[in-house]
Amino acid sequence: MKGTSLSKKQKKNLVRIVCALAAFAAVFVADKIVYLGGVFSGPAAWVFPFCLYLAIYLVIGYDVLWRAVRNIAHGQVFDENFLMCVATLGAFALAIYRGVTGQSIEGFDEACAVLLFYQIGEFFQDYATGKSRKSISALMDIRPDHANLKRGDSIERVDPSEVHAGDIIVVNPGEKVPLDGVIVKGASALDTRALTGESLPRDVAQGQEIVSGSVNLTRQLEVRVSKEFYDSTVSKILELVENASEQKSKAENFITRFAKYYTPAVCAAALLLAVVPGLITSDWSAWIYRALSFLVVSCPCALVISIPLSFFAGIGAASRYGILIKGSNYLEKFDRAKTFVFDKTGTLTRGSFSVVKVSPEANREEILRLAAIAERDSDHPIAKSVKSCYGGAAGGGYTLTNIAGEGISAAKGEEVILCGNEKLMERNGVAYERETGVGTVVYVAKNGKFVGSILIADQLKAETKEVIGQLNGMGCKTVMLTGDNEAIAESVAREAGVTAYKASLLPQNKVEEVEKLLAEKGKKEALCFVGDGINDAPVLMRSDIGIAMGGAGSDAAIEASDIVLMKDDLRGISLAKRIARKTMTIVFENIVFSIAVKVIILILSALGFANMWVAVFGDVGVAVIAILNAMRVNSRYIKGEKRAEPLSAQ
Amino acid sequence: MKKVFKLEDLDCANCAAKMERAVARLDGVTSVSISFMAQRMAIEADEARFDEIMERVEKACRKVEPDCRILR
Repeated sequence: MKGTSLSKKQKKNLVRIVCALAAFAAVFVADKIVYLGGVFSGPAAWVFPFCLYLAIYLVIGYDVLWRAVRNIAHGQVFDENFLMCVATLGAFALAIYRGVTGQSIEGFDEACAVLLFYQIGEFFQDYATGKSRKSISALMDIRPDHANLKRGDSIERVDPSEVHAGDIIVVNPGEKVPLDGVIVKGASALDTRALTGESLPRDVAQGQEIVSGSVNLTRQLEVRVSKEFYDSTVSKILELVENASEQKSKAENFITRFAKYYTPAVCAAALLLAVVPGLITSDWSAWIYRALSFLVVSCPCALVISIPLSFFAGIGAASRYGILIKGSNYLEKFDRAKTFVFDKTGTLTRGSFSVVKVSPEANREEILRLAAIAERDSDHPIAKSVKSCYGGAAGGGYTLTNIAGEGISAAKGEEVILCGNEKLMERNGVAYERETGVGTVVYVAKNGKFVGSILIADQLKAETKEVIGQLNGMGCKTVMLTGDNEAIAESVAREAGVTAYKASLLPQNKVEEVEKLLAEKGKKEALCFVGDGINDAPVLMRSDIGIAMGGAGSDAAIEASDIVLMKDDLRGISLAKRIARKTMTIVFENIVFSIAVKVIILILSALGFANMWVAVFGDVGVAVIAILNAMRVNSRYIKGEKRAEPLSAQ
Repeated sequence: MKKVFKLEDLDCANCAAKMERAVARLDGVTSVSISFMAQRMAIEADEARFDEIMERVEKACRKVEPDCRILR
């Protein structure tokens, strides 16, 4: 435990606990060795140990006593402080009774220890929840605290909310980008780890859009602000994270409802246990003692705290990897997700064209060079992909003629290059080799002789196969929806490995398809829709869980979805699935474990096998173990990952 | 109207649940969610009487957990 991580109040409590524990140990050992009851003889012999233990009791428990008095005045009978006080004061009273009636002097240590351990447990709970909160608020570090607003030649340091769209701001190296905008001057590298979990810096240059919350690393940038602060990415994300715990899971609701009945029920049982057997056997002190143990076990907080703590840790762990989950309920539901519906373009595929095949491969350089010459002036996506694949500068001096619906011809002196589709080849009588791959084919001919063809298609993302494979391996159904024609859809679906696909869908058909799938799935299963969040808001809303990819750029996506992958990387889905699984396993363990231990201890105390020491374990021990278990949620999910503290720049 | 308030010194998870139940019962409150972990209360209530409702919310919370303060 680092001293710096404790609050003032916690430090004070820690000192109090340590002192009380030391004093208690001293008195306890002294009692065992010299028997304090024997120090003074006579009927008042009990007073000496009583005073020692009472002093420690008051040091450690004065606040609990005070709260008990105050809360009972408000009519809070089932208040934890009150129950603890009744139990411990009752134990003291029993011990005094024993002393007065001349029986052996014992039981003071127990009364004192119960409250001492209760306080230790409370301290630990406080520490654990505080630490967990801090790990989330470290994420909140993305909140920018100022913006450097440019007014004429001077630069003014203002609050980000005072900057308006259209203003120019200056972002110095080491500073957070306070608002979304477009770079108007300068080039630099940005660290987006706090937003996306991506550890590699991103190079940005003039004209590019940058999002708030990232950190400028190397050089000064001038940025034209495109959105007001409340509309910027950073505000949307903070709002989302802060609201996340309002959406409660079923497990949380179950445990609070359970606690609502549990405490009164156990207290009633305690009352019965004291009175009924007491009347029958008239061995009042034994049965009252057992009833007091019941009161100790009846405290509900241990039970209640571990569940929200687990979910909180799960949401926190996910956010470290750039996965934002909008509520505990979605984490719970996501664990039951069995059907994954993917949009094709931009989700499974890159959403941009690229050259996938050049044939014959031996002529690759030459084919691409000729095509690049012909496509030199074109801005068509196909032309762009050819040019970017060629890389070098295309030779100039050609006269380019666009032949509508067929392609382009480029002429320089005797040399004529034809570049286009089959029709172009056929019309010019070129004997070409047909390319049968799925996608757009560009044929290239030079001086009437066929040179080769280029196949251009939208490619799968690098991680698509791996992620679909993992989801299929978990027994999930993976479905691809697309507006593309059957041939393209079939080929992409086969390559990606999805279990089913639907082609030629209009945007409104996608909602219908999702509704069909919703009707098909099992009652307890959930359906996820994964899209880029731009055109699929209705589908995201209709599905049980809407997942938007690449949220760092789009606030519309953040709004419409339930889980946001800040980084445009499908692996976030299988990662989130693992986090959800682990969280739910731990939640389940905690519920079963806490309730089972409490019930067992209740039974043992009722039968007289368990004393108050065991009872206090039933309250504090269980809480500590459940909390430690909950903290396991926040562990490493990627092998070999460096456990970097969330980014804290400035 | 929906508003979110920060809660200070909300130290016990069960108290948060009790406070939530107490506030939910108040007249004029449409919905309320208290998050122990985030130390926040999101409350949706009749806009016209919001301040008056918040007075009663505060009172109800004080009764359950006097240490906890609603930051308004």
